[in-house]
Amino acid sequence: MNTADFSFCYNGQALGLDGLPLLSPASFRMAVLRAVAEGARISALFGMPEEHPGVKAPGGAAGQGAIRLVAVLACDAEAQLAVATTLAGTSYEALTPECPQACWFEREINEQWNVLPEGHPWLKPIRFHRPYAANQPEHKPCIGVTDFFRVGGPEIHEVAVGPVHAGIIEPGHFRFQCHGEEVKHLEISLGYQHRGIEQALAGGPDTRTMHYMETLAGDTTVGHSLAYCQAMEALAGCRVSPRSLALRGIALELERAANHAGDLGALAGDVGFLPTAAYCGRIRGDFLNMTALLCGSRFGRTMIRPGGVSFDCEEQRAAELLSRLKKAARDSAGAVNLLWETPSVMARFENTGAVARGTAEDLGLVGPAARACGLVRDARYNFPSGIFRFAQIPVATEAAGDVFARAYVRWLELQRSLEFIENQIQRMPSGDSAAELKAPAADSLAVSLVEGWRGEICHVAVTDSRGRFIRYKIVDPSFHNWFGLAIAMRNQQISDFPLCNKSFNLSYCGHDL
Amino acid sequence: MLKILFASARQGYQTSAYPKADPPLPDRFRGLPVIDRTHCTSGCRLCIDACPAAALSGGAVLDLGRCLFCGACERVCPSGTIKFSQDYRLSTGKREHLVMGNETLALAAALDKKSRSLFGRSLKLRQVSAGGCNACEADTNVLSTVGWDLGRFGIQFVASPRHADGLLITGPVSNNMLSALKKTYDAVAWPKLVIAVGACAVSGGLYRGLPDVNNGADQVLPVDLYVPGCPPHPLTILDGLLRLLGKI
Ligand code: SF4
Ligand code: SF4
Repeated sequence: MNTADFSFCYNGQALGLDGLPLLSPASFRMAVLRAVAEGARISALFGMPEEHPGVKAPGGAAGQGAIRLVAVLACDAEAQLAVATTLAGTSYEALTPECPQACWFEREINEQWNVLPEGHPWLKPIRFHRPYAANQPEHKPCIGVTDFFRVGGPEIHEVAVGPVHAGIIEPGHFRFQCHGEEVKHLEISLGYQHRGIEQALAGGPDTRTMHYMETLAGDTTVGHSLAYCQAMEALAGCRVSPRSLALRGIALELERAANHAGDLGALAGDVGFLPTAAYCGRIRGDFLNMTALLCGSRFGRTMIRPGGVSFDCEEQRAAELLSRLKKAARDSAGAVNLLWETPSVMARFENTGAVARGTAEDLGLVGPAARACGLVRDARYNFPSGIFRFAQIPVATEAAGDVFARAYVRWLELQRSLEFIENQIQRMPSGDSAAELKAPAADSLAVSLVEGWRGEICHVAVTDSRGRFIRYKIVDPSFHNWFGLAIAMRNQQISDFPLCNKSFNLSYCGHDL
Repeated sequence: MLKILFASARQGYQTSAYPKADPPLPDRFRGLPVIDRTHCTSGCRLCIDACPAAALSGGAVLDLGRCLFCGACERVCPSGTIKFSQDYRLSTGKREHLVMGNETLALAAALDKKSRSLFGRSLKLRQVSAGGCNACEADTNVLSTVGWDLGRFGIQFVASPRHADGLLITGPVSNNMLSALKKTYDAVAWPKLVIAVGACAVSGGLYRGLPDVNNGADQVLPVDLYVPGCPPHPLTILDGLLRLLGKI
């Protein structure tokens, strides 16, 4: 990696826009490709309108102007984030042919800003909405109408599922190319949950911003709230009190515990093993109720605010939390360990939906899906911020990359999260839990990473000359991982899809925004 | 097998006693707001400006259908006009009943006799998320776990609209789900019910007015039950369902 091509920062640090290197499209491409080949990965790659001197266009409308491409690369080994930018014009040479993890990002750039990544092998809509750029022709794509990849041959048949699925689950469309029972290819077409959040954020922050963060993926309320607050604190140069950091960490790990417990139960349900399914469904609720004990909301709504947290945890509450936590830890061990001891469960988990380590690297997978392939990739460890600078959680990995590995990584993480919470409660720093926040700095860019329960959440806030968001980019971990699910299904039985899908358990609304 | 039996014994009986007894709610839970206007200096606008969902209008008139129960208004109000209580019962049968003027909240009435004879003992619902954030969905889903055991009330979520007596809709109805939602509704046989769960489905909630959404289920379909909240507590949803069926 040529260090002159990038600006470097730590997680939760702001950079001045003026200092960012503006490369030519060709050297931008070379710089990103080279860095990725040397082990960096793409945390975010997006377009944003250039602010014109004189013509300020904060409302997200691009005016007449050019689109600036911004790449945020995560250098896991160095704990550093590298930022490079270029001006794209109406087209540029696509990165995807040499760098598969850029695929969905470039599709997004194309859809949002009508900038053409030339030579992109798979250029189709990703959320099916009108382009952001104001000067674009009024073109409204029709949801789900796209040229699906087809496998040829007289014995091939196609199975289309969704958007409305069986069960209480968000909508998305899955198109399988099958030979008998065997899936040759799965194409995932999303966008049904698109609410237009990124566009609504432009021009902010305002009273709504925090609430968009809390609801952009409701099961990751704490993760996304925290990512936003970290970005705001970076822009405002605010120090958060140790007590707030501890409480934030507790909320984040409770969210992880609730979702991991729920997923383990759902995986058990998908292979017809009802004891664990029933117990974990309830234990998940116990964790959600612990979050409600902290802030009144089972999902952590209103818990986290820029500068600190809105609710303190006094001694009595902490004691109550601790006793519930210990009970839930016992209950989950009793419920989850049954899985590993039951041959009929293990026979279905093992060797199903395996993703090779190299593939996971190429696709830039994150979270438990990446760690299940043996990749040490965890923002709490690689890019520690907040409480994780003082209290480390060991990274849980497995080697096999299959459904079992994804399940087992969750189980390891669940246990470690509970240990962490227990430690934090016992050693809660004293002091204030809230702080005043100054206005965000103008003409700056802040990157904020949080390890949510699904994996790395990346927020990039870019302010204009008045300190308003000219662009607020959100990358939910699902954005990295949906393609991983498609690859995991190759050469699998189509009847294994529910199990594979659940073992990834990705977000639709977090992807669709 | 023995291990499973031991585990079962250890987990014990977990179904809530509701509706015989109310399960405990966390002390910080924000339920039905209680509005005492005696000290409200209308014109101060502090609550109106603090509200992220445009749920408040002059004189502290609060539209529960838009409210996110974030408590911002309670925090900024200097006169203590708005206070959130622990009352989880919030569902109404009519949209306008959710706008809290001076009257007490008119909770949902039971269906008429004929509908109750059809749905009262067995109500099958198809859930459709139309731009929901997965929190409303999750707290609806949780009703089917052993903790709530929705089945004991004769209510069940089914996989196909063809098997359903109605839809339970979450989300503001994104443009991209509009046609799928309508098709799902059409696939349900008459007579059918529509239940809107969460601020998004009731009014568009936080997303009201954005160009990519349709401001709630009743902009598209006739709605029989409105369940406010962001997300509503499972108890709020269950209370609404049981009220509709005349079971409480
Ligand atoms: S609690 Fe409801 S009315 Fe009050 S500020 Fe929040 S959204 Fe608005
Ligand atoms: S009402 Fe709130 S919790 Fe429910 S879907 Fe909308 S944003 Fe999510």
